[in-house]
Amino acid sequence: MVIGQFLKKVGAVVAAAVALAPAIALAQDAPVEPTGYAAPGQIHLQRSVTPVMDSIVSFHDGILMWTISLIVVFVLALLLWMAFRFNVKRNPTPASFTHNTMVEVVWTVLPIIILIVIAIPSFGVLSDQLTVPDGERKYLGSNIFSFGEVDVPAPELTVKATGQQWYWDYQYVDQGLEFSSLMLQEDDRTATKPAQPRLLAVDSELVVPVDTTVRLQVTADPQGVIHAFAVPSFGIKIDAVPGRLNETWFNSRETGIFYGQCSELCGKDHAFMPIAVRVVTKEEFATYMAAFEGGDYTAANATLAAVQ
Amino acid sequence: MTDTAHLQAHATGHDSASHAHTPTGWRRWVFSTNHKDIGLMYLVFTIFTGVVGGLLSGVMRMELQEPGIQIFHGLAGMAYGMDGDAALDAGKHMYNVFTTAHALIMVFFVVMPATMGGFANYFAPLMIGAPDTAFPRINNIAFWLLPPAFILLVISLFVEGVGPGANGAGGGWTIYPPFATTGHPGPAMDFVILSLHIAGISSILGAINLITTIFNMRAPGMTLHKMPLFAWSVLVTAFLLLMALPVLAGAITMLLTDRNLGTAFFKPSEGGDPILFQHLFWFFGHPEVYIMILPGFGIISHIVSTFSRKPIFGYMAMAYAMVAIGLVGFVVWAHHMFTTGLSLDVQRYFVAATMVIAVPTGIKIFSWIATMWGGSITFKSPMLWAVGFIFLFTVGGVTGVVLANAGADRSLHDTYYVVAHFHYVLSLGAVFSIFAAWYYWYPKMFGYMYNETLAKVHFWVMFVGVNLIFFPQHFLGLAGMPRRYIDYPDAFALWNRVSSVGYYITFVAMIVFFYATWEAFKRKRPAGDSPWGVGATTLEWTLSSPPPFHQFTTLPKIESTNAH
Repeated sequence: MVIGQFLKKVGAVVAAAVALAPAIALAQDAPVEPTGYAAPGQIHLQRSVTPVMDSIVSFHDGILMWTISLIVVFVLALLLWMAFRFNVKRNPTPASFTHNTMVEVVWTVLPIIILIVIAIPSFGVLSDQLTVPDGERKYLGSNIFSFGEVDVPAPELTVKATGQQWYWDYQYVDQGLEFSSLMLQEDDRTATKPAQPRLLAVDSELVVPVDTTVRLQVTADPQGVIHAFAVPSFGIKIDAVPGRLNETWFNSRETGIFYGQCSELCGKDHAFMPIAVRVVTKEEFATYMAAFEGGDYTAANATLAAVQ
Repeated sequence: MTDTAHLQAHATGHDSASHAHTPTGWRRWVFSTNHKDIGLMYLVFTIFTGVVGGLLSGVMRMELQEPGIQIFHGLAGMAYGMDGDAALDAGKHMYNVFTTAHALIMVFFVVMPATMGGFANYFAPLMIGAPDTAFPRINNIAFWLLPPAFILLVISLFVEGVGPGANGAGGGWTIYPPFATTGHPGPAMDFVILSLHIAGISSILGAINLITTIFNMRAPGMTLHKMPLFAWSVLVTAFLLLMALPVLAGAITMLLTDRNLGTAFFKPSEGGDPILFQHLFWFFGHPEVYIMILPGFGIISHIVSTFSRKPIFGYMAMAYAMVAIGLVGFVVWAHHMFTTGLSLDVQRYFVAATMVIAVPTGIKIFSWIATMWGGSITFKSPMLWAVGFIFLFTVGGVTGVVLANAGADRSLHDTYYVVAHFHYVLSLGAVFSIFAAWYYWYPKMFGYMYNETLAKVHFWVMFVGVNLIFFPQHFLGLAGMPRRYIDYPDAFALWNRVSSVGYYITFVAMIVFFYATWEAFKRKRPAGDSPWGVGATTLEWTLSSPPPFHQFTTLPKIESTNAH
């Protein structure tokens, strides 16, 4: 496939551009970026740890950002040029043309071509997000022109998140185990988890295994309001709607705690119902789950290293 | 091909002002059936509501200047006499009330009345050579419905919303149920809904009046294809209003009956669907954003042409690009709903349809540039605002292309990136077009010339200020800061601080604006009938400044023009 090879080359160029973009953005010596939430003064997307977020970062940094920046610079350059060249002093006699079929065709057709070039990876990125892996399907990953080259296993764990005013309930659906996750108030945070960020630290993190596809079901209290479940590092965001069961998925390749925040206006504490997903090794998760099945969340959590 | 910019009107009626029955005093305004007086009342109303909406956002930016909650628990304490945690909780709700009121005021009581109420009322009839609008009394009631609508919105701020000590509606301008139904048991939300109903009736009446006027009252010889682009933009916008607002009215009526009469259109526990409201709301809401920007497109075309001393480039493409934007604008609404759980195929469709809008929008941007190309440009203040508009609207437009991609929107939805995007097209785009129109038509409306230096200072200070407010918000959104947050993780402190500083600079710009306006009225420098010279070719410049109370008692005849 000649076209396929060409697109792969385009993909490689895009990947290189992606690698370059943060380097340009953070030309000054960048501090070590935290994993799982934003760095102070950050100006780009959060660091990716899933194939889906890889493709979003590639798509945004590699194609969209360059395209829109070039368009804006082009328009700005034209405006400045006209201020310089066609001001009344330099050009006292105005031209009177009102049409030029050629340029009109160009500035109609060229944007269409640009949009098509954007649409090809756009549909790929979108399809990956909305297709829960079956073990066979290949995912784009960071090479968004590849037609799929990343293997993702079928889901092995199903978690249900239920939005409440104003916290999240989590359920390991197959195991029938539930717990609630509330934001730590400042006194509690500084006392128990001082290294975790303000407004993001929670009392009980959602624990999931690394390198495992997790099916995530999201809804809200049937008598409650709409919330939205989002974890930027995973590239997921989906509304929690009363009476509806939405579904998405993620597969984190790194361990650590990954934070998100409610993303649909839900009332006075909308800003204070964070999402914290703790990704642990598969062994740790097995131990954790065994303890949870024999006891409760506290007992299970005690099998993991304490969150500082 | 014909071209409006070369309309040569046999202007008459310069001296028809001395009508015997011109009403005076308060009767002239309250009972007014005169499109120019009504237009001016709309503009005065808009200046007042704009100050209210702008101050609301100022309190929000002060709150967001630093992490933590600094302002709103104190405000709530003052309002309710509470302290401690009760004041904090009330303050958090009050922040949501402020965001909601800011948005509703800016959309329904500032941008729409300024463009479709003020400038369209005043100048669309002048530009098409009409003595007045088709339905002058409807015009009167359309305006006088707005103050009661605004008063209802203001009352909503002071009656119970979520519960005791939580006055006002804090559901965002989108008022999604169930938060706007079961989440707001108090009457505040009912006041908001009734306010929107009345504002909507006002807009529908105004739209009917303008459509009828433009279709039936053009001067002899002025075919639709010779009509000035501002009149075109008003025509398209009026159709959008006429078709979109009834859908909003239906949606919020269902909301009202869900709240008060036991229906269950949007109640999941009784078989309703909250997502249905979102479809209805955005079927109105997306055309609504074009309602806010299309009249600006028309205004900018005239200003660019006037100050380049060159006819509009690609007149037909410009007119039909607006028609295309209006039509396609009705079939893209669910791009506001990419995270609600729409199926893959539905999301694909809305991605594709949304991206299509970039094409006519690009035609407009490039045609403005081509109008300037080869021109003999003077950068008087209206032109500065127009060029500023073109640049800022481009920035807001390209981030719209980013958001149109559902795959990228996954990361950006409901973050500050969206806030930055829509403020670039509205707060910077639409508002810059309003200021451009203000400075362009000011000498025509009032007969006086403002101080050019003050107008330029206003532009430059505001240009710096608004960019400083909204550009860093792209960074916040990319880094993941959600919208409608009273407090944020410390990582977002830097760009929030910069954004707040931008607000203060913009505030200074507004002081310059009011001073410039006051100065112009005080000095009373006569402007002359056509202060912008030979580039200004539309019919309003053939009249005196200000125009006579009734113009065109003898209709102008539009000569057939020769193609270039």
